[in-house]
Amino acid sequence: MNSGGGWADTGRIMVSLLEIQDLQVSYRWREGVPRPALAGVSLSLLPGEVLGVLGESGSGKSTLAAAVVRLLPPNGHITGGAILFEGKDLLRSKPEELRQIRGARIALIFQEPSLALHPTMRAGEQVRQVLAAHGSPGKRALNERTRQVFAAVFPEEADRLSQSYPHQLSGGQRQRVLIAQAIACRPCVIIADEPTASLDPTTQMEILGLFRTLREKLGLAMIFITHNPALLVGFADRVLVLYGGRVVEWGPAATVLGSPRHPYTKALFQSIPQSFDESESRRKAKLPAIAGDSSLSSLPREGCCFEPRCAERMAICRGREPALVNVSETHKVSCYKYES
Amino acid sequence: MRYLLRRLGHAFFLLVGVSILAFLFSTLAPGNYFDEMRLNPQIAPETVAALRAQYGFDKPLPARYASWVNSIIHGEMGFSFAYDSPVAPLLLVRARNTLLLTVTATLLAWAIALPLGIWSAERLGRLPDRLLSWGTAALLVIPDLALALGLLVFAVRTGWLPTGGMASVDFETFSTIHKLHDLALHMVLPVTALVLSALPLLVRHVRAAVADVLNAPFLLAAAGHGIPRRTLLYRYALPAAANPLISLFGFSIGTLLSGSLLIEVVMSWPGLGPILLEAILARDLYVVVGGIVFSTLFLVGGNLFADLVLYWADPRIRTESGAR
Amino acid sequence: MKAERSSSYRDMQPLLKVENLVKRYAKRSLAGAREELSALDGLSFTILPGTTLAVVGESGSGKSTLGLCVACLEYPTSGSIWFEGRDIVELAEDERRRLRPQIQLIYQDPATSLNPRWNTLEILIEPFVLQRKFEHEEMKQRAYSLLERVGLSSEILGRPPAELSGGQRQRLAIARALALEPKLLILDEALSALDCSVQAQIANLLMELQSSLGMTYLFITHDLAMAAHLADEIAVMNRGRIVEQGPVEKILHQPQNETTRQLLAAVPRMTRTALPALDQ
Repeated sequence: MNSGGGWADTGRIMVSLLEIQDLQVSYRWREGVPRPALAGVSLSLLPGEVLGVLGESGSGKSTLAAAVVRLLPPNGHITGGAILFEGKDLLRSKPEELRQIRGARIALIFQEPSLALHPTMRAGEQVRQVLAAHGSPGKRALNERTRQVFAAVFPEEADRLSQSYPHQLSGGQRQRVLIAQAIACRPCVIIADEPTASLDPTTQMEILGLFRTLREKLGLAMIFITHNPALLVGFADRVLVLYGGRVVEWGPAATVLGSPRHPYTKALFQSIPQSFDESESRRKAKLPAIAGDSSLSSLPREGCCFEPRCAERMAICRGREPALVNVSETHKVSCYKYES
Repeated sequence: MRYLLRRLGHAFFLLVGVSILAFLFSTLAPGNYFDEMRLNPQIAPETVAALRAQYGFDKPLPARYASWVNSIIHGEMGFSFAYDSPVAPLLLVRARNTLLLTVTATLLAWAIALPLGIWSAERLGRLPDRLLSWGTAALLVIPDLALALGLLVFAVRTGWLPTGGMASVDFETFSTIHKLHDLALHMVLPVTALVLSALPLLVRHVRAAVADVLNAPFLLAAAGHGIPRRTLLYRYALPAAANPLISLFGFSIGTLLSGSLLIEVVMSWPGLGPILLEAILARDLYVVVGGIVFSTLFLVGGNLFADLVLYWADPRIRTESGAR
Repeated sequence: MKAERSSSYRDMQPLLKVENLVKRYAKRSLAGAREELSALDGLSFTILPGTTLAVVGESGSGKSTLGLCVACLEYPTSGSIWFEGRDIVELAEDERRRLRPQIQLIYQDPATSLNPRWNTLEILIEPFVLQRKFEHEEMKQRAYSLLERVGLSSEILGRPPAELSGGQRQRLAIARALALEPKLLILDEALSALDCSVQAQIANLLMELQSSLGMTYLFITHDLAMAAHLADEIAVMNRGRIVEQGPVEKILHQPQNETTRQLLAAVPRMTRTALPALDQ
């Protein structure tokens, strides 16, 4: 699925499904100034595409996911920007409108499947509740639809698993239940926040395969949030790199993952051990890790947010935050190295 | 099923143990019913000795305990010296009166505490919640005795309610409706006192349990699926918060017989409390032991009930105890 | 500080030798029947001092149970665990207690293995406090040097673990383990909960500690890529047994067992073209 185009300035206009413009979110803690978790994030999601959001802790990725459906914790405030979906700005929508959108039009798959399911409700019932919350076609139709949804995520033993409680299911099975809840009402957008983080590698592969299948069958558009870039290879259409609450690079997956430009993206990819392609002499060698950490408290207040840890920093980087510039027609980077 | 049998077995042993201890301590305590008689110069010492022999006071302790157990099997639970009748029918009537009060009060207290606690948990930290916390703290601090006396004073001053007892003097002459009305009026004061004393603890526990759950990730996830608020509260939050509340409810049941002693005595309600008090003061041995065992029965039964409900309500406990 | 290792590994006594380790758990099902689960079904391997053995497998393969048994936190049903020539399974309790400081365990989730109510200093000096050997001032000095060893700044001493990042917490867990001067460090999915770039930092720390202190590692994980980078030997576990074992090169490029092949296939990879040139 080629979704290389998408912006008005290229002359090929595709209407984006979900558009986030300059979103700003801060958290207010009891002591001190509110810290910005998202400092102006913009992205657009085209119909049927998978947008990979690459970010580590402190990048604001979970805040982004929660902010889209307006489910920030009580101390989180959206301080600016707009979220356009189906012709409305979600930031100005009323609570009942938002409730109807959540789960039915935009579905969120949380991290940690063991925590995201109700402990004493059967798996099938939890899916049925989602269906019941958005239109009630009658008990029999509801049960039938629940059965269908379950069969879509569990190719075998769907009925038995539907009667199970979450604590009787394995990690991978719980994740599938979460996915079932998400696709139950046939939303057009799914936002998945680290859906494979706590899973084994083989289970991880199965879940990614499930996502691929569902995407083909249901034509879903997906925002796939992860900290592991290898998961996006061959899966995402476009990739957006988040650091310190800002977008530092975005573009087609092949370009961003294949030839990254931003120093953070490059350093991140280098720090992942590529043992299979390494020669024996590189074993147990020091990995080129990025020094320092990315927690909110260590972000600089001015200038480029990656500057303190950047191997290629220049004097200008400390002054003002760099804007997103075009490296190619579809690939943008926020770095002074590329500003002409 | 094995779980149930195991718990019943435990309960039985507990009851036996308590009855032995109660018996032991009551008989070992200095004095007995006949001491007063002995002091009375009008009664010959031989009569006292004969009475003592008749009631088996001269036999050794284990024998007396055995004959007491025997009388339980016959449905008598020993003999009351003061009332000159078998203990069982005596206690049963009184227990019925007590239950009338406590069951009403418990149901009422829970019916108020649940919505109040939920309402408070939703507004955690904000002004309405803080006001409620202060209110419950104040209620908690006021002694039950003060509450009961205060209510009595209120009844006396206003004359709206009868000031104690369970029935008016000419109760027997009333029509059925009038009887019920009379009973209800007499119940208002003691039930109010019981509810007010039980409410603060219940509200606080409900509030804490629900507040805990309201922060849970699964609730947030459910909200993310667009589940409406009502469903979230009653179908998601409450069942998840139920565990500690079920245990608390079991405790409420457990104290159905024993928790109202003070109120009953103060308000002259003819329940288990006053008779137990009398019996202790008069050394009416079998009434005391009978009363203690009865209360323990309820306590153990209440806990068992709570555990069974927990077992049924929480699937995690079911699989845990089955696959140990 | 340990001396540098000599390079003639073949002449060395293994630090850890596990023989036929079996661990069974009794499970009573609802029907009343007693089932026995074999978490470990006859494991044997050795680890030479100053090297790293990576044990890889899926969840349920028994690798965590292995870690617990070697760390003396679980009693094996049968088999022997030889540490520096002594069978720790046969030891009396007080002997075993004396041995425990030499084998330390680092868990996956530092949030749950560090006491949330204590601050960093209290967590660090806890091993010293338990040993009752040092004065408070000396304990503080040791705490400072431990922090330096793992690359943490001393300003975090007053903070509770909740205020530290995942990487900092894991460094703290390592520092606390180092306080007892262990010879063997068991890392049970110690890197799995961390971000990719932080994993690289901690991996570097571990390798540095190995080369300077001569630490020996038992690295339990399901991340084959990281295991292959850090380890000298890899053992693949499935259902309580080691199905394949050998030097890293051999396991990676000539896997014999189906489980190994499946694990290799499941590793998410950036393709070769994705690796930017190192000297850019």
